[in-house]
Amino acid sequence: MSAVIGVVTFPGSLDDRDAVRAVTRSGATAVRLWHADRALHGVDAVVLPGGFSYGDYLRCGAIARFAAVMESISDAVKNGLPVLGVCNGFQILCEAHLLPGALTRNQHLHFRNRDQRLQITSVASAWTNSFAPNQEIVIPVKNGEGRFVADEKTLDQLEAEDRVVARYLGDNPNGSMHDIAGIRNEAGNVVGIMPHPEHAVEELTGPSLDGLGFFGSVLKHLAGAGVGAAR
Amino acid sequence: MARVVVDVMLKPEILDPQGQAVAGALPRLGVTGVASVRVGKRIEIEFTGEPNLEQARQIADKLLANPVIEDFTLRVEESAEASR
Repeated sequence: MSAVIGVVTFPGSLDDRDAVRAVTRSGATAVRLWHADRALHGVDAVVLPGGFSYGDYLRCGAIARFAAVMESISDAVKNGLPVLGVCNGFQILCEAHLLPGALTRNQHLHFRNRDQRLQITSVASAWTNSFAPNQEIVIPVKNGEGRFVADEKTLDQLEAEDRVVARYLGDNPNGSMHDIAGIRNEAGNVVGIMPHPEHAVEELTGPSLDGLGFFGSVLKHLAGAGVGAAR
Repeated sequence: MARVVVDVMLKPEILDPQGQAVAGALPRLGVTGVASVRVGKRIEIEFTGEPNLEQARQIADKLLANPVIEDFTLRVEESAEASR
């Protein structure tokens, strides 16, 4: 049996169904997780999808951080559970202190929705290990509050420790510091990214199939850890 | 009933594009001489009994403000009615 990847639905999640479809297309089994349910139902990895959890009230991700499922995820992350936060999911990971920094209002105040060129700058993560170093990819970006912000010390640390997983190429869509599109935690199991891999998994609807690389990476990671293969 | 008022502001070094947009609109109002505008949030917390400043501080620190990008101040407002 294939690896099992959970996709969390918060009130206001939008991209959970696309994430489920992306997981399925990558060859894994998708399981829906519910924000108010602490149980992770034995999943091997988790995707926090994009959207507007809790209406983006207060700050994006600020209230989702306190959801019951997030407590279980925060605990499991310490034991190596791979977690990918996309867009709102990235914001939730920052609010939950599972990743450093914060995502703030786009510098120009406009919502940006377009196909975006990215460079994969770290392949030392559970979600990017199947890309070639510095590979260029194109996946959609769509956010109003995607400007990554952190203090100089944190930025220096992210750069020095190879923890920037993706950078915007060409026009920076939101004024993100150091052109950062995505980062990882120290262990590499947690990745947050603003653009949307799950929207680039089929030719009919996506600008490319590059998004599949993220899901293929986690399957490779899990197989290496004996998960999936053992099932 | 006493309430605790929490003001949350982006840290001075964090870019505030909303404030800039407001400042940019001022000349259209005929207002000049404004150097900068910054936008924050005001949150009013009403306790059922005496205001609990320590609890309010925890609420502000853990939820209302994100310490990575925001600072907060809090104060007790003695009479909710008087402030209206």
